[in-house]
Amino acid sequence: MELIVLLKQVPSTESFVGVSEDGKSVKLGDAKLVVNPYDEFAVEEALKIKEAKGGSVTIISVGSDKAVEAIRTGLAMGADKGILINDPAANNCDGLQTARILATVIKSMPYDLIIAGQRAVDDDNYVVGSAVAEFLNIPSITMVVKETIADGKITCEKTVEGGTVTVESPLPALITTQRGLNEPRYASLPGIMKAKKKPLETKKLQDIGLDAAGMGSQKTKVISFKLPAERKGGKIISGETDADKVKALVKALQEEAKVI
Amino acid sequence: MSCGVLAITEQVDGVFRKVTYEALSEGRRIADGLGCALSVAVLGSGIKGSAEALGKYGAEKIFVADDPALKEFMTDAYTNVIAGIAAKEKPRMIILGASFRGKELAARLAARLAAPIAMDCTAVRLDGGKAIATRPIYGGKILADVELDGEPQVVAIRPNFMSIAEVQKAGAIEDAAIDLGKIDLRFVEKKLETGKVELTEADVIVSGGRGMGGPDFSVIEKLAEVLRGAVGASRSAVDEGWRPHSDQVGQTGKVVSPNLYVACGISGAIQHLAGMSSSKVIVAVNKDPEAPIFAKADYGIVGNLFDVVPLITEEIKKAKGL
Ligand SMILES: Cc1cc2nc3c(=O)[nH]c(=O)nc-3n(C[C@H](O)[C@H](O)[C@H](O)COP(=O)(O)OP(=O)(O)OC[C@H]3O[C@@H](n4cnc5c(N)ncnc54)[C@H](O)[C@@H]3O)c2cc1C
Ligand SMILES: Nc1ncnc2c1ncn2[C@@H]1O[C@H](COP(=O)(O)O)[C@@H](O)[C@H]1O
Repeated sequence: MELIVLLKQVPSTESFVGVSEDGKSVKLGDAKLVVNPYDEFAVEEALKIKEAKGGSVTIISVGSDKAVEAIRTGLAMGADKGILINDPAANNCDGLQTARILATVIKSMPYDLIIAGQRAVDDDNYVVGSAVAEFLNIPSITMVVKETIADGKITCEKTVEGGTVTVESPLPALITTQRGLNEPRYASLPGIMKAKKKPLETKKLQDIGLDAAGMGSQKTKVISFKLPAERKGGKIISGETDADKVKALVKALQEEAKVI
Repeated sequence: MSCGVLAITEQVDGVFRKVTYEALSEGRRIADGLGCALSVAVLGSGIKGSAEALGKYGAEKIFVADDPALKEFMTDAYTNVIAGIAAKEKPRMIILGASFRGKELAARLAARLAAPIAMDCTAVRLDGGKAIATRPIYGGKILADVELDGEPQVVAIRPNFMSIAEVQKAGAIEDAAIDLGKIDLRFVEKKLETGKVELTEADVIVSGGRGMGGPDFSVIEKLAEVLRGAVGASRSAVDEGWRPHSDQVGQTGKVVSPNLYVACGISGAIQHLAGMSSSKVIVAVNKDPEAPIFAKADYGIVGNLFDVVPLITEEIKKAKGL
């Protein structure tokens, strides 16, 4: 099985993120950069499939110099090689453009299964995985919590509201990860040492034969960022006894907040 | 520039999900702002009868694709049929719910149509004929205003967030051409809990965290029951194995927007807040007065949840005359 993982580096979810004064950019400060948590599930699942069926795992990322570290993390977990597309022209892409770049790289490679995260926890876009599949003209199944591969087919249990749906697809296919799929392993010390010697290619857009026209225009543009209205909060209900506090709470929910 | 807004319905076993009406209502508001017509695409099997009622939510035209192959939502067949309708009608905007199914459909459709897309929007406004969508990013820490350049603009709205308005319009039924196209996906089965309120649609959610101390969530379940709400959980409670993954609220769980969210024994970590801070009213019960959840809660009670929550249940029963 030739397995491909789409991996993005993102600020860790604990990071403080702010907005620049003019509202035109996001301020990350010294946010810790990590592998997108949903892409960790993707690496883990690819490794499990490789362990069961043989083959190799290739990580592909579109990102800056710093993203090398995220790819190395995936290699240290056990992936075989990495490809980083690092090009200033790819910096401000929308989801479809990023997907176009990834699909272009993948087209020149053999693959049976592509695994992406359901979303990147920075842009929360939920677009790139499905769009890569569309551009490659292969089926996609999102939000997968369980998969089995047999006879050239993948059968996936995926999350929907109120439960799960099981869907079968021929390979090659693309799936996206949902929490519950697996528990990502930590990179071991020998794993980290080995990762340093694993192949990691860095390419520009022209190296993959993509120019501005091939990427398409940016159709989805963020024009401003703002912080959400601060929740006022902090109203602690006082009272002699729990019963007093609860009475006051229920009264407030009925008369002030009007939610019950 | 073309006109017209096309809403997409979402059905399970022939019953429209609530987000269908939210998408129609928001679609109606936008269509009015643009001076355009609102139409709606209904896909399913044996769905024509229920489709007729959608005129009540502002649809001038109802395109029905009624086919046994469309009984279950399958991304490829649905994308193919809707892309066909879009090619013919050339809507300026396609609006649908950002549910699990809707997100998958919206992304695939946008890629197919080379269309701008705004996922999980909490507001859409018109600025000189241009649509600007607001969407939470970084787990809700930031709101981005997104301009959609080109047509059709694919807008997926956050479920349970936008209001439903009934506006009777013609609701003329028209059979849509059904070209199923290339189909790879095969439906195997679905396992849906019946009789349980789904978290992302619930008006009220009562959640428990590590403070529950174990898998016995009965005090929470009883409160949820009198409020006709759903039960949620923090990741810690899920990691402990006390609750299923599907109950998890937060950055790596579900994003919910109920009218009332009651957090019990939950400290209020940033990843939990990412999933519930767009709730209209938040109540926190925690024994630690310094718990960060209190800074986000509209009402807080400092106390032991095993004492406080049953009292709330009783008090609400009294208030509701139960
Ligand atoms: C990448 C990543 C993603 C994550 N995603 C999520 C997510 O989606 N959802 C999520 O919830 N978390 C998520 N987390 C975890 C998050 O950081 C917190 O660890 C978690 O939310 C804490 O859960 P908790 O509030 O239940 O537990 P704790 O933080 O341990 O808090 C328990 C609280 O219960 C109170 N308490 C104890 N006993 C009682 C009692 N008898 N009565 C009243 N109060 C009591 C305590 O005072 C305390 O405030 C994520 C973390 C990471 C790193
Ligand atoms: N720059 C990128 N490089 C590699 N993979 C990406 C990139 N952006 C998004 N992805 C993949 O697409 C998934 C969904 O991202 P998004 O659509 O941005 O929320 C992520 O979890 C990754 O698997």
